[in-house]
Amino acid sequence: MSKTTQETESQNPNPNIILFLCRWCSGKGADLAGTSRLQYPPNVLPIMVNCSSRIDPQHVVEAFLEGADGVLITGCNFGDCHYKTGNYKTFRRMSILSKLLKQVGVSPKRFRLTWISATEAAKFAKTVTAMVDELKKLPPYKINGKGGEEL
Amino acid sequence: MKKINLAIALGATCAGCDVAILDLNEKILEVFDLVDFKFWPTAMDFKIDDLKNLKDGEVDVGIYHGSIRTTEDAEIAKILRKKSKVVVAFGACANFGGIPSLANMPYEKSMFDVVYKDVPSMDNPEGTVPQTSITIKGTELTLPGIRKDADALDAVIDIDYYVPGCPPMVPLIEQVVEVLKVFASTGQLPPKGTVIADTKTLCEECGRTKPEEISFKDFISPQEVQEIDPDLCLIPQGIICMGPATRAGCDALCTKMNVGCRGCLGPTDKVKDHGLKMISALTSLLDVDVEEDMSEEELHKVVDKIPDPLGTFYRFTYGKSLIYNLHSEEEIK
Repeated sequence: MSKTTQETESQNPNPNIILFLCRWCSGKGADLAGTSRLQYPPNVLPIMVNCSSRIDPQHVVEAFLEGADGVLITGCNFGDCHYKTGNYKTFRRMSILSKLLKQVGVSPKRFRLTWISATEAAKFAKTVTAMVDELKKLPPYKINGKGGEEL
Repeated sequence: MKKINLAIALGATCAGCDVAILDLNEKILEVFDLVDFKFWPTAMDFKIDDLKNLKDGEVDVGIYHGSIRTTEDAEIAKILRKKSKVVVAFGACANFGGIPSLANMPYEKSMFDVVYKDVPSMDNPEGTVPQTSITIKGTELTLPGIRKDADALDAVIDIDYYVPGCPPMVPLIEQVVEVLKVFASTGQLPPKGTVIADTKTLCEECGRTKPEEISFKDFISPQEVQEIDPDLCLIPQGIICMGPATRAGCDALCTKMNVGCRGCLGPTDKVKDHGLKMISALTSLLDVDVEEDMSEEELHKVVDKIPDPLGTFYRFTYGKSLIYNLHSEEEIK
């Protein structure tokens, strides 16, 4: 592949992704990916919280406003939540939020929610790689100029 | 006592705010004793030139209601600012962009195409859309231009006081009259940037009983409501109520009538984004019985009861919300 085609394919060679991990499953899964020396792109900035339900929709929106190209939220599988029902709350909250983000024009590819258990290191690496690859194809996220010019 | 010079100008508005002022009933007589109207086109015979011909700073209090939708709205707002010592943003549209600002939502097509060509009830075979000027038999006719976005008043001018509400309710307008009275007799005004409404949330004002633990099983759309307990908080009954994040001051008008709060007074000082906080609150209060046995598809059905989160949670405040800054037209293409 020549260099030029590579450049046109990846519009954004370095996407910034904010990754929210829960302490009990996904965080452990990410640790396992590290100790098992699985390769995944360094474009993610992990933020560990006690439970995925700790993440307020406002955190996600502010991540985008501060310049993130994507936000990935990971939590325990259904039924595995350390706090019993935390991930159900995350699910409901984030599915309404993703609908809302779609309405204001944020591509659904930029916002993802997945469940990763403590043993699923491979799934973790795969999810992160897939998301980074997808965002490389999109232009960097920029907030469009709103303002009062005439139509 | 010297009378206050008052001007009431308007932008993209339904004029409900004007009607709300007249709703003061007998208290309106006090207003007439207190003020001299320099401009109020909805209620009296005033033209824009009457405002233009005033001296700069001649108006003591300028009230503006409606959002900034056309170039003319922006121009009137700027003239009002020049002529007034104090400008008050009156009503949800001037404060947060209001319902007109929902049109700022990004569409694949332009707003004119949606409104003048694609609406099923529209019969427009020639595809005519409003023009800013047209010449008919040698005479040029003009219309104000439409701005790209409908904004809140503070997008174009500096504002001194805020009176939210859709429209501002009588108790709020009474507070404004009190402020005007103090101003007329002593010349004193509250600090700049004051919101003339309560600082607490609606729940503090709403008389419904709140159970110790609030949770509900399912979102209930307004048309599905069968029976409402008139004394119990609306949220445990499954009705979406924006009360927990909304500013008090309306005397709980809607919840008294068994209707969930729609958030027209906007967020309180401590809430950064009205809708996001409500999404967060309502989804955690949802307590689905057999969640553990449900498939992901069934779980989706629970939240699909809110088909339009933007219209539900940002009915009045989209123009001033955090998510409005995310606004991206390029992405949806």
